This record gives sequence, structure tokens and C-alpha cells, in this order.
Amino acid sequence: MKKIGLKLFAALTLLLVALTGCAADNQNVLNPQGPVARTQFHLIVWSFVLMAIVVLGVFIIFVVVLVKNGKKNNPNYDPEDDGNVKLEITWTVIPIIIVILLAIPTVKTTYDLEKPPKTAEAKTPMTIVVTSADWKWIFRYPEQNIETVNYVTIPADRPIKFELQAKGAMNSFWVPSLGGQAYTMPNMQMSLWLQADHPGDYIGRGANFTGKGFAHMQFNVIAKSDKDFNKWVQHVKSTAPRLTEEKYNEILKPGTVGRMTFSSTPKDDGADLDMSGMDMGGMHHGKH
Amino acid sequence: MAAVTNHNNKPYEPLEYSTEEGSLRIFGFWLFLAADMVLFACLFATYLMYIHHTAGGPSSKELFEVKDFMIETVDLLVSSFTCGLATLEMRRGNKKATIAWLIVTLILGLVFIGFEVKEFTGMVQEGATLQTSAFLTSFFILVGTHGCHVSIGILWMLCIIAQLATRGINAQTARKVFIIGLYWHFLDVIWIFLFTAVYLTGLVL
Amino acid sequence: MENIKHFLGNFFVTGEPMIYMADVAIVLVSLGIIFVLTYFKKWKWLWKEWLTTVDAKKIGIMYIIAALLMLFRGGVDALLMRTQLALPNLHFLDSQHYNEIFTTHGTIMILFMAMPFIIGLFNIAVPLQIGARDVAFPFLNAVSFWLFFAGAMLFNLSFVIGGSPDAGWTSYTPLAGKELDPGVGENYYLLGLQIAGIGTLATGVNFFTTIIKMRAPGMSLMKMPMFTWSVLVTSVIIMFAFPVLTVALAMLTIDRLFDAHFFTVAAGGQPMQWANLFWIWGHPEVYIVILPAFGVFSEVIATFSRKKLFGYHAMVFSMVAISVLGFITWVHHFFTMGAGPGVNSFFSLSTMLIAIPTGVKVFNWLFTLNKGKIQFTTAMLWALAFIPNFLIGGLTGVMLAVAPADYQYHNSYFLISHFHYVLIGGTVFAAFAGLTYWWPKMFGHILNERLGKWAFWVFMISFNVCFLPMYLVGLLGMTRRMYTYPAGLGWTSLNLIETIGAFGMGLGFIIMVYNIYWSARYGERDTTGDPWDGRTLEWATTSPAPEYNFAHIPTIQQVDDFYYMKKEGRQKEISKAPYKPIHMPNNSGVPIIMAVFFFIGGFGLVFEWIWMGILGGIGVLACMLYRSFETHDHHYIPVDEIERTEREAGRFS
Repeated sequence: MKKIGLKLFAALTLLLVALTGCAADNQNVLNPQGPVARTQFHLIVWSFVLMAIVVLGVFIIFVVVLVKNGKKNNPNYDPEDDGNVKLEITWTVIPIIIVILLAIPTVKTTYDLEKPPKTAEAKTPMTIVVTSADWKWIFRYPEQNIETVNYVTIPADRPIKFELQAKGAMNSFWVPSLGGQAYTMPNMQMSLWLQADHPGDYIGRGANFTGKGFAHMQFNVIAKSDKDFNKWVQHVKSTAPRLTEEKYNEILKPGTVGRMTFSSTPKDDGADLDMSGMDMGGMHHGKH
Repeated sequence: MAAVTNHNNKPYEPLEYSTEEGSLRIFGFWLFLAADMVLFACLFATYLMYIHHTAGGPSSKELFEVKDFMIETVDLLVSSFTCGLATLEMRRGNKKATIAWLIVTLILGLVFIGFEVKEFTGMVQEGATLQTSAFLTSFFILVGTHGCHVSIGILWMLCIIAQLATRGINAQTARKVFIIGLYWHFLDVIWIFLFTAVYLTGLVL
Repeated sequence: MENIKHFLGNFFVTGEPMIYMADVAIVLVSLGIIFVLTYFKKWKWLWKEWLTTVDAKKIGIMYIIAALLMLFRGGVDALLMRTQLALPNLHFLDSQHYNEIFTTHGTIMILFMAMPFIIGLFNIAVPLQIGARDVAFPFLNAVSFWLFFAGAMLFNLSFVIGGSPDAGWTSYTPLAGKELDPGVGENYYLLGLQIAGIGTLATGVNFFTTIIKMRAPGMSLMKMPMFTWSVLVTSVIIMFAFPVLTVALAMLTIDRLFDAHFFTVAAGGQPMQWANLFWIWGHPEVYIVILPAFGVFSEVIATFSRKKLFGYHAMVFSMVAISVLGFITWVHHFFTMGAGPGVNSFFSLSTMLIAIPTGVKVFNWLFTLNKGKIQFTTAMLWALAFIPNFLIGGLTGVMLAVAPADYQYHNSYFLISHFHYVLIGGTVFAAFAGLTYWWPKMFGHILNERLGKWAFWVFMISFNVCFLPMYLVGLLGMTRRMYTYPAGLGWTSLNLIETIGAFGMGLGFIIMVYNIYWSARYGERDTTGDPWDGRTLEWATTSPAPEYNFAHIPTIQQVDDFYYMKKEGRQKEISKAPYKPIHMPNNSGVPIIMAVFFFIGGFGLVFEWIWMGILGGIGVLACMLYRSFETHDHHYIPVDEIERTEREAGRFS
């Protein structure tokens, strides 16, 4: 059932894409490029199949009822027909079954996505700190000690833990090809697991409105093979300028900037986690 | 006041319910109180969320004076009782006693407001203001909203006393006395929650 | 001098030719209205018949006129946005202007169009349907209307004075906080909504009391018309949801005006608390505008299928179930804000559960049609189109309820399309169906069916052209609230199609407005009071209904009793002589004056002129004081006047 639905859906999508000209395939929920996006895609397809069954059923009844009873003199006319226990139970039970069929994978996947995606060989995850500022994306690589703006380079086929935070307004970090989004917030850090199957260039975007420059908050996720990734890190280390505190504060000022690369991270770790206001007493926030 | 009443085959009903208008308004007022309860619930929830978000400013333990809020509590509880007596006297058709108990209630209300103003100004002088922290913002707004309700109640009660004095007890004024009574008891109930969630909790946590 | 110039430059919105044009238009239209009223000596008539009225039927008409005006304004906003997005990299609007327009579009459409439209229908239909003379609190009803109107005017004033809000209709903090959004725009949002919201809360109390306490003898709850049932349930939702909005708006206002810290991170505030409060109100709000729509469709479908509503009890219980569930789904608006898998799972499930009672309702409508004698009138066409369109909206809603999938849909055009399918396919279709259906009751003539059907087909098809592609463009990664987008992402052709659809909807609206004009002049008059061969009590009186609604309050025996009354010849008893004097409330100028003070106070607070805020507050209190001491607030309609009215209607016997 699920498989057929998947194929049907894929065919339908292809048709639509063909009809609408060339959709970019590096920013497409329906063309997943990593395990997280694929899990979500399967769930989307499953929910779509269930909903398509309902749509089909209701549309057929709708048309039949209209054709049958739309005539001038309907022989079946019965002005006192106002209920039927059997029918009413049927159409209460059917939605319940559909909801159950949808709820089980929903809950399972909700919990699954909290964990790093599984890879063929157990590769160690890598952490990247993402800061949304007005109106640019800043990426810090704590393990490599480098920093990039408006693009992020990741090793393909390795789970990446994006730690999300914001300077100023809340945004949402979304790379459709790799997986669903999570908010970046000024007072609480969240993490989001993503992974790319293959080397490639994927488009990401801020999904939560942040004011004037919001529409320009597009970034690229460049996935490279392990070897190329290490080469890139070495290249950055040897050629890119250092990121001084002054430069960092300048970047944070409201405005749009192009792509930037730095061979160091500033002292201020980019977080705006001013928790001094809160005596949290060991309270934990976020998805871990 | 041409009260359209029909006592023929109805069981006894109090004067304030005797007209259709009266019973509708009392019913409507209960609904308003339910909505007002939701309003306070949101303020309470926000306060409890922020109770430790003091941002380096003073905490509840440093600010709350046991003596003052105990006096406020007793004062308001007594006023609720005297307000009940006013309703009782209204039902007995005793205009003078109704007015007298309303005046006592009103004075107790003023005393309460006096203590609250004293508490607030004291805090501000200690540097604990609305602008200090999320905790204090939510504290001032929660307690202040209750205080505003009491102040409006006092003004309202003044109007009703004036109407009672000039028009005596009739279906309309009886309904007004009854409704202000509901309002006043409601404020007392809210204060019990405030007393527990803000002041007692504030001393313990 | 420089100071004054600087002040005026900030006070009036400047720099956009479009706004100067609007300024001129506003001044000219105002002058025109003043001239016409003075020339035809209509000031007194306006004041006595409309501005001071406490008659629910007239208040309903004023609500709907205001709602249609706001639909026009919100619609123009929509067309401006669609023009800007028709092609990539357009410079028709700049970023700031676009941000203001989508903010005002959302706010106006929900709070100043959908809400007053359905509340207008409450006022027109509910007292008549339950056989009452008016609502429980006619004076308060007028206050509600004028507060809504004052709020709407204040909000719209931002267009020409001071600048519009620009943080979206959801106004999320910290973006909507003072630090990131200093101007007065957000203040307009906060105070405009606050004033209108107080009015809405009063409406909830009013209609709940009316329906519980003032039904005609014999009409038990389970014999009420379905629209009245939907209003009853909606009133409960209003009473529990609107205080939350009041609190949320007040908190943000206090933050902005007095530098308090409900939502500022640095002092320990939580921006997420705004999202919580906003959606604890906001999700039930969706049901506030959709349940009465369900009520309208139930009436229209039953009437034009010429049979009883199928599954009456199930219809009632499903509405009650929806209203309860509606209060425990709010987190699904921010699954992506990191509430954790447990919370997300709970809210996923609670949201999906709503599909069950909604599904029950859809099947009941389908089976009301079954074995019916379906008449394809304009009102019925809107009701029929609702079923498939709302179904698409509702089912994509279930897809959105799947939390992990929502991570991919959230804030994309997929979401935009979903809620337009439910709000247009549900609420707006219902508003048009209800308007066409009750129009004769409001004005005494029937809207032209031919023009009505043209408007329907143009609007309904264009609606799908506009919004269906949005599902796809959302899955291709386009997020909401982007003022422009680059080429080459596969979005261009879809966006162009959407824009064409949007203009089609505008055309549909124009046909509708032309129909109103045409029908007022040449439309068929409704002399019977029952043009559709209706089933409920509003059709038992003349069109338009007299001030007192019914000469005698009818006694009810069953659901759809008017249908059986006509069969058994009982309907004549409603207008049979002899009559008794009828007790009615007096008109009052206090509600509109009070609203003016609310407006003055609100305007003062927008500009943070506290003295003006206090002045407005004192004025409001003075109005209440005046009202408290008022004694002669009612009158009796004498028998000869009732006789005259009934005779003119051809009913005196």
C-alpha cells in the first residue's frame, strides 16, 4: 500500500514539476537528499495517501448525491429523512481508524527525529553552531575552529548536529532537501539533526519572518566528501582572515552581507543566551 | 419603574430576579465573571512562569512584608462579609442598613487599596519597579489588575449607594446591589488565589 | 518650526505616491459623504435611525457593511502582494511596504472582516430564529459594534498617520518588541485589536445569554435551528478565548509603552510566552469564525434540499467536541519551537482528533443532500462549493498536524494555502452564502441570481487557481512573508498563476458589489417574508422584519417548526390580532460616544501621549456613569402602531 502510494505520489509530483517548468531539485521537500528529509517525505506520502482516500471517497459521494438528487422531480425525495444510526456510526469509525493509522507513525517519527540519523558505518556526528542574525546566517565549526557566513560546508553522509540560536528576532532554520526546520531563538538553544546522502549544493532559507531583510536570508549547504571537506577546512585555515571581535560585531549589525569565511572564531561565542535573568535551577531547554 | 412581573403562578423569587431584565443581567454578569476568571488565569500562569526570573533584581522573599499582606487579606475577607450583609438587608427591604453595610464595605475597600498603594510605593522606593525584571513586571500587573478591579468596584459602589439613597430599593437597584455583591465576592476569591500563589508561595520558594 | 516639520513628517506617513493618493481619496470621500448628508438633510436620520440604534437587525447590517469595506481593504492588500510576487525580483513594493501590507491584510481579514461578518449574521438571524424581540442586552450590543468599529478605524488610521504595523498578524516577540520595532505601527495593532476585542467579548456574553434565556416557548435546546446552535457554541469559545487575547495584547502594550519585561529576554522575559498566549486565543479564534460558517451551511443546505438536516444530534455534539478540542491544540502552531517530542506528539494527536467530528459533519451534510430536492440557488452553490474546498483545506490541516512533516511545511506556502482553503472555503463562502440567503430578510429584496451565480463561479474558480499552486510552491521551499524571490528556483510560473487567480477573485468581488447595486434598484421585492420557503422562524415575519420582530411570540413544537406550521396553517397565529403593547429598549447615543472616547484614548496611547489615554479613559468612565444613572431606557410600542405595521405587511387579519 505504502509503496504503491509512494510511486503514485512520485509520478504525480514529476508530472506537476514537469508542468511547472524546471523546479530546482536542491530545494524540494519532495526530492529528499538525506535520511531526515526522507523520513519526513515518507510520512508526508503516507498522510497524503490516507487523505487522498478520504478525498476520493467524499468526492464520489458528493457527485453521486448531486447527480441523483439534483433533478427537478426526485423520485427518492423524502423530506423526513433525518438520520441513520448505522451510517452515522460508520462515518465516525472511519475517521477514527484513519487518525490511528496516521497517529502511530507520527508519534514514532517525532521521537526518532530527536536522535541522530543512522548511517551505514557508525560515523561520529559533527556539531555546527548556527546563529541567525538580522539578516544573515552565521555558522561556527567548534571542532574545526572556523566560521562562515551565509553558507555552510558539511561532510556528506555524516550526521550533523546543528545547534540553533538567534541574535535579535526569532528565525527558523530550514533546508528542505535535507530535512525539516527548527526555530532559532534568542533565549534558548535547540538542536536539529540533518544529514546529506551525497556531496551537493542545497539551498536553505530562514522560514520565520524577521523584518526588512528577511527575504534575503538564503544560504547554501555545501556537502562534500570527507576528503574534500578536510581539504576545504585546511584551505580556510591557511587562506581566510581571522574573525576579530570588531569584525564579528560589525557583521551582527542589521543589514545583509554576502558570503564570508574566517579562519577563527571570536571570543564571544555568538550566543545570546543571556540567562542571567533566570535562576533556572537546572532546568533544561530544547531538544536533546 | 414599571416592572413587568407576574407573581401569580411562580414560586417566590427575590426582587432582583423579579423582572426579566434583572434575571438576564445577573445571568450575563456570571458569564462576565467567568471570562474575567480566564483573564486572571493567564496573568497567574505568566506570574508563576516568571517567579524566578528576577534578572538580578530583588526576589519575592526580599520584597513581601508578611504583616501588610495579612492585613490586606483580613480586610478584604471582612469586606466580603459586610458586602454579603448588605445583600441580605437589601432582600429584607431595609434601605438604611443596606446603604450602611455598603459604606462599610467601601471603606474596607479603600483601606485595602491604601495598603496596596503603600506596598507598591515601598517596593518602588527599594528599587523594585515594573522595569526591573520579568518577575516584577508580572507581579505588578497581576496584583495591580486585581487592585484596579477593586478600585473600579469602589467607584461603582458609590454610584449604587447614590441610587439607593435617591430611589430606594426597587427591582432595578436591588439587581445592582446583588451584582456588585457578586463582583465583590469574586474579587475576594481572586485574592485568595493571589494570597496563595503570590504571597505564600513567594515566602516559601 | 523645524520641530513642527519633523513632527508632522513622522506623524503623517510620507514618501509613497500610493499613500498620497489614498490621502486625497480619503479626504474627498469624507467631504463627499458630509456634503451628501447635509444636502439631503440626512444627518438627523443617520443619527436617529442608525448611529444610536440598539436594534440587532440594524446593528447586524452595520456590521456587514463594515465587514464588506474591510474585505475591500484587505483584498486590495492581497492584490498588491500578489502583484509584487507575480514575477521574481520585482520592485513594485519595497520590503517595508510589503511587510506592512501582509500584516494589515492578515489582521484585517481575520479580526475586522471575518469576525464582524459572522457577528453581523448573528445579529440578523439569531433573535429571529429563536423567536425573540431582540438580544438580551441591546445596549451592550450597540457598544460591541461601536467598539469593533472604533478598533477597526484606529487600526486603519495607521495607513496614513504614523505608519502601519509590520511584524505580521501574529506579531511575534521579540520582533514586535520596542527594541526591534520602535515606531507606532505595532501600537496601532495592539490598541486597535484591544478595543475591538472587548467588544467581541461582550458579544459572546450577549448571545450566550440571549440563546439560553430568550428562546420562544417550547423551543428546547435540541429544537433550536443549527445556526443558533453554532452561535451558542461560538459564544462559549469567545468567552473563554478572548480574555486571553486581552491579556496578551495588554502585556505587549505594557512592555512597549512602559518598558516592562513580559517578553524581553534580557530581563528574564520569555518571547515564547507571547506565542503561547496568542495561539491559546488564536486557535479557538479559528473555530469562532468556522463554527458559525458550519451553522450557515446547515441552514442553507437543509433549506435548498427541501428536507430536514441529517443527524441533528451528531451535528450538535460534533460542534461541542470541536469547541473543546480547539482549546488544546494551540502548540501545533509552533511544533518547530522545540517543545520536545512528548508535547509535540500530544498536540499532533489532539489536532488530528478534530478531524473526527469535522468528518461527521461533512457526511451529515452529504446525507442531508441525499433524498432531497436540490435547488441550485446562489446561496446553495456557495454551500455546495464549501464541501470540496473545505475538505481540501481540512485534510491538508491533518497533514500539517503530523508534527515531523510539519517541520517541512511550517511557515511555507503549503501552510498559507491550507489556512486560506479553510478560511475562504469555509468562512468566506459561508459569509457569501449567508449574505445571499438572509439578504431579503435584511433589505426586503432578493439579490439577482444570475449575477450572483456569475460572481460565484468567477470567485470560486479563481480561488482555486490562486491557492492550489501554493501547496506545491511551499513544498519547493518558498516561505511566507518574502517580499521578493530570486529567479531559477522553479517558483516563477506558479507564482504568476497565483497572481492571475487573485485578480480573478477581485473580479468576482466586483461582480458581487455590482449585484448589490443592481438588485437594490431593480431586484425582485420580497413581499412574502419567506422567499426560499424556509424552515426556521426568521421566515415567519415580514422582510425586513418589524422593529419588534413578531407581533406574537410563536410557540414551538419541534425542529424546523416553521415548516410544519406552514403545513398545518399555524403560522397565521404569529400575526393575528388582537395585539398587546410591546416592550422595547430605547435608542441611545451613549455607545457611539463611548466608542469615540475609546478611540481618543487608544490614539493617545498609540503615540504614547499618556495624558490623552487618560482623557479617553475618563470619557469612557463618564459614559458608564451616565448609563448607570439612566432609568428611562425602554418604551412600549402601542397597539395601533403594531396594527398599522402588520396591515402594511398585508398580515393584519
